[in-house]
Amino acid sequence: MNKTLLVLMLCCLAPLAVAEDVYPFDNELDRERFQRFTNEMRCPKCQSQNLAGSDASISQDLKRELHRLIAAGKTDEEVVDFMVSSYGDYVLYKPRVEGSNLILWFSPFVLLIIGLSAFGWIVIKKQPPADEE
Amino acid sequence: MSRLKFFIPVIIFVILGVGFWFAKPHDPNAMPSAVLGKDLPDFSLPNLHKPSQIITKKDLLGEYALINVWGTWCPTCVFEHPFLMELAEQGVAIYGLNWDEEGYDPPRQWLKKRGDPYRYVLADFENQLGIRLGIFGAPETFLISPEGKILHRIVGELNRQRWQNELVPLIQGQVSKVGE
Repeated sequence: MNKTLLVLMLCCLAPLAVAEDVYPFDNELDRERFQRFTNEMRCPKCQSQNLAGSDASISQDLKRELHRLIAAGKTDEEVVDFMVSSYGDYVLYKPRVEGSNLILWFSPFVLLIIGLSAFGWIVIKKQPPADEE
Repeated sequence: MSRLKFFIPVIIFVILGVGFWFAKPHDPNAMPSAVLGKDLPDFSLPNLHKPSQIITKKDLLGEYALINVWGTWCPTCVFEHPFLMELAEQGVAIYGLNWDEEGYDPPRQWLKKRGDPYRYVLADFENQLGIRLGIFGAPETFLISPEGKILHRIVGELNRQRWQNELVPLIQGQVSKVGE
């Protein structure tokens, strides 16, 4: 019974192994970078999918280009710059921490601080003075 | 005075409401082109009809030109084609950027059947230039200035209306600016 289950599970994994081979890398780090990029970048054609999950021809071309850039030894920054110079910030699911994106990144914390201070202020004001008890 | 602070949420709500009301309607599918106003990227790609000839950016400069991205797999390109033929007859410089994957024959056959409006067809089988132009489908058409600046991008079919409304004013505007 367990063996059958194991075989079934391995069968499910087989397509993954085949898919991996389309973009071979000579080291594990580059493979992980490739996976991270294809997960964090948006398919320009489909948009609600990332590159990893899309089979649109533009996604395939972009994956091939990412593979080429990584295999050519480009840094993360150079890869992201390349993609953004062609497709704009839209291509990134994880916006960069710079420029107008700073509002996006930090306004929640600013609002949280404002909210907490307002809450704290109200609580302190509502508290009856200790000597009245 | 202390009464007033109960209205703070209402005031914030009104400010936000007014802001959102006048905000531009947001189309989540609209992807503004990142390459407008930039220089056409450098490239060297084989001529579809004569692969031994390598075409570079230099070959496309000197006049207003259209770069039309197309593929034999693209149904809209078929619809668009007669209008490109018409433009070419009027003397508009159109360069084809072919985005096929099965080699030289299918796009050559396609053009043989429908006519060839292109001064050159660049064989971009790996979509190298296409990616640098930020394309996400076909057809797409870019207007390039004589100096090689990307002035405009048309996503989807280029038809008479879009040519008249979007491209002609740009070409004439730029030309008269130069003439002034």
